[in-house]
Amino acid sequence: MAKTEITQVRNSLERQGLSDDQLKAIFRNMLLQRQLDNRGFQLNRQGKVPFALGSEGHEALQSGAAMAFERGKDLLAPYYRDLGLALGIGLTPYEIMLSIFARAADHNGGRQFPNHYSSKKAGLISFSSILAAHIPHAVGAAFAMQYRKESGRAVLVTCGDGTTSEGEWHESMNFAAVHKLPLVMLVENNLWAISTPLSRQMGQPDIYKRAEGYGIPGEQFDGFDPIASYGAVKRALDRARGGGGPTLLEGVCYRFLAHSTDDNDMTYRTRDEVTAHRKDDPLPRFERVLLELGILGPPEIDAMRKEVLRETNEATDRAEAMPFPAASELYTNLYEGAWEPWQ
Amino acid sequence: MAVSASSKVMNNVETVRETLYEAMKNDDRTVILGEDVGDRGNVFLITKDFVKEFGPERVIDTPIAEASIVGIAVGMAMEGLRPIAEIQFADFIYPAFNQIVGEAAKTRYRSNGEYTCPLVIRTPYGGGVRGALSHSVSIEALFYHVPGLKIVAPAFPADVKGLLNAAIDDPDPVLFLEHKKTYRLIKGEVPGGHYTIPLGKADVKKAGTQLTVVSYGLYVHWALEAANQLETEGISVEVVDLRSIRPMDRGTILESVRKTRKLLIVHEDNKFGGVGAEISAMVAEEALFDLDAPIRRHCAPDVPAMGYALPLEEEYMSSPGEMAEAMREMARF
Repeated sequence: MAKTEITQVRNSLERQGLSDDQLKAIFRNMLLQRQLDNRGFQLNRQGKVPFALGSEGHEALQSGAAMAFERGKDLLAPYYRDLGLALGIGLTPYEIMLSIFARAADHNGGRQFPNHYSSKKAGLISFSSILAAHIPHAVGAAFAMQYRKESGRAVLVTCGDGTTSEGEWHESMNFAAVHKLPLVMLVENNLWAISTPLSRQMGQPDIYKRAEGYGIPGEQFDGFDPIASYGAVKRALDRARGGGGPTLLEGVCYRFLAHSTDDNDMTYRTRDEVTAHRKDDPLPRFERVLLELGILGPPEIDAMRKEVLRETNEATDRAEAMPFPAASELYTNLYEGAWEPWQ
Repeated sequence: MAVSASSKVMNNVETVRETLYEAMKNDDRTVILGEDVGDRGNVFLITKDFVKEFGPERVIDTPIAEASIVGIAVGMAMEGLRPIAEIQFADFIYPAFNQIVGEAAKTRYRSNGEYTCPLVIRTPYGGGVRGALSHSVSIEALFYHVPGLKIVAPAFPADVKGLLNAAIDDPDPVLFLEHKKTYRLIKGEVPGGHYTIPLGKADVKKAGTQLTVVSYGLYVHWALEAANQLETEGISVEVVDLRSIRPMDRGTILESVRKTRKLLIVHEDNKFGGVGAEISAMVAEEALFDLDAPIRRHCAPDVPAMGYALPLEEEYMSSPGEMAEAMREMARF
């Protein structure tokens, strides 16, 4: 990052009102995200878990956005690449590892893929793997808030660039716009829909420009900059909470890892491309900013890294030691009460 | 069910309307959303004037977008409302298939009970109204395979009220199928006050001793007409109205079949993979040696839907006469 950018961040306006402690918390979330993310892939390669999904490259976007989320008030309707948002709104590394190990104590009871979180307590709405299917749910939740006149609350719903091709994505944006719902649609544009690049997904690569078609505000920001992410999401959430209706946000980032542990991204993109994006890796970039600003010193950063590693190790060991769900759990919570299709 | 003093004679469309009206009055968490449900008051006038009384925030005219009609209702249900979503014609439900099968039916299960989806999806289905390929289909077989859903298809006004109330009170998603030919054709006594009929309970609409006919929807009425005709010919037919398709009432079916020892299943939906296939399998598994004749299914042919031209519609649909003939054949066996 150039000196001038760091000077801009030093300026309180560019800090978007974030305190030193908030900036540290954002950085810590980013470190934790990457550590947990890599842990999932390591466990898969060790043969301990059948599957893992990574969010590497989304750390800045997600930790900044999560800082704008108001716990206890707002709701989050995420997708499966939102580890940093889940952590940022209050899920613990232990909860993340329970999901990765599919243990009985997981919110989903080990039913869903890793990263398909659900937590009523944290305001995290349950979702499936079917892309865009959760977006109308977020709209319905926002409708419920507006219907009950719960001002000061909003729904933050996220998806990747690939999901914006789905019909339900459009239907949801349209409905939210018609009813001026308290909703923020945050698109995490990482340029790839598994193997399909942006150029083969859409004719207009600036996703935020679709906002004009819906008659709502749209904004694009640098998804490698957590402060820019925080600022954009905060403005949009504040507008939604105050009755100003929905916003379409697009944070541009990059997916450094393959789509999942079952994907080989070298079959559709080059090492050179990935390496080129690595130069903008949000972690070292934000670290430099914090060092330059004197918010964190090298020893503190070193200590933070160690703590994050320790926390990840502890969460891994603790979750791994927990039992799988009993086979009999296959039959529970289908409907309320006991169930037989023949009665 | 005792008929109370305040009972009155209504047709099915009036019963749906009155039941929805009471639900809206009794619980302000209830909202109705769908195409043309507001100012138009639904294409069958089921929600006529609702918007004047309850306002556009509770009687929501949606854009023409079935996937999100159901999807938004799922989100509302997950966050504490009690939505009643309408799909204008059952034929239009296909775009919402994922939201019903992939989402609503799995919400409770996938979150291990943390989130629930108390949602009613109402939709008019069925033919005999010159509805052609896309305003006449039966959709129940596409959904009755799906754990997590409940499916109801009542035939009589009193059942419409009791089952719609039960669907609205139910903590899980219910697909409520209203046969559109019965809307104004079928009238009946409807008890006053609030009552429910449990989902998954069939009802013997006519007692008999020589043959059991199981059906649902419009065809229950035609089966009754045919059975009454056979009564004059000295053949005693029992007619079981399923009312609910998922869950289904094993006890009532088996009790009837063990008594009459013959089973004919009659439905308007296609035969192949239809509801009758599951009933046949169940009876074969549970009561094969109680039967005096092979199980028979009198159902629709294996074509996508009925054509618009009258002969094509009539060829697809059964009739009381055809049903009577199928019953006679079974009785003779």
